[in-house]
Amino acid sequence: MIFRAKTDKALDKLEDPRQTLDYSYQRQLELLQKVRRGVADVATSRKRIELQANQLNTQADKLTNQAQKALEVGREDLAREALTRRSGIQQQLSDLQVQHAQLQGEEEKLTRASQRLQAKVDAFRTKKETIKATYSAAEAQTRINEAFSGISEEMGDVGLAIQRAEDKTAQMQARAGAIDELLASGALDDPTGTAKDDITLELEQLASTSDVESELARMKSALGAGPSAAPQAIEGQQAPSQAPQPPTQAQPPSLDAQSPQEFQAPPSQGQEAPPAQPQGDLR
Amino acid sequence: MIVRILNEGQWRLSDDAVRALNSFDDAVEQAVASADQDQLTKALHTLLDRIRTTGTRVPDEELADSDLILPAADSTLEEVEQLLSESEEGLIPGVGAS
Repeated sequence: MIFRAKTDKALDKLEDPRQTLDYSYQRQLELLQKVRRGVADVATSRKRIELQANQLNTQADKLTNQAQKALEVGREDLAREALTRRSGIQQQLSDLQVQHAQLQGEEEKLTRASQRLQAKVDAFRTKKETIKATYSAAEAQTRINEAFSGISEEMGDVGLAIQRAEDKTAQMQARAGAIDELLASGALDDPTGTAKDDITLELEQLASTSDVESELARMKSALGAGPSAAPQAIEGQQAPSQAPQPPTQAQPPSLDAQSPQEFQAPPSQGQEAPPAQPQGDLR
Repeated sequence: MIVRILNEGQWRLSDDAVRALNSFDDAVEQAVASADQDQLTKALHTLLDRIRTTGTRVPDEELADSDLILPAADSTLEEVEQLLSESEEGLIPGVGAS
């Protein structure tokens, strides 16, 4: 036969168990409190894992987007890299999902245990009052022993459940902490593709290179008529077609072309005054 | 007879029902002897299922001492070994258990 709660042995030594009823009830309430704290701790750990899973999910999505973008600009190697990293993230995620399920299991068990203990503690309180009203000491003794052994067994069980939950939670918190540290230090950021990882950088470079190229192409086509013809063209018939082309600084001189002084005058444009001077010269 | 499943609560079983559990108890002991966690989990599940189906739940508000205490279904080998080491008859006393 399996072990029995051993606490009742201690009761035999007590001279008047009736005196210990209230004390024991207090202890039971304390344990109940501890069980509730245990449930709360497990819930906290579970929420933390949910948070981490969300972060990892975001990163996985980001890598998918990156792979998409990389493919759009014809960089299959980059896309491959992004997808490889995403599969690493997904492995982390499935690990977290397993942990999450375990914690949820612990949480449910502890919740049920705490309900059971609550019911037993309530029963004990009722019994305690009845016992106190018992006239015969011998009868009281018997009832006390019954009540004690009944509740101490439940307390032993719930104590074990708490112990297990605490052990598991501690392990998971350590692992969750390790992931947090990785996220914070950027060690994970790099492989997972948050803000400034190399895939993003390369994609940004590709994007800015193509911007520069298209800008150059636009400028070249604008200048197609020849350098000397350009100012006239801007002010002349071709003005509408040129409108989207000039970078912002080129725009004001063309608008205020008739009078360079007027252009320099407005205080709001004061900061652009120095560059405006050479532009005036060009004209 | 009242049986406690750790982490779950208590069940009330007839003596016949308890005797019928002995063969399941052997399976648990064998799994522990061969240090086979999968086998142990399976054997415990079978044993505990049997108790849940043949027994009736003891209400939470009833203060009763258990005659038997059994490990939880997800117990590890070490936990069950420890429980068994405190017993000489397997988890369930009676014929059939070594």
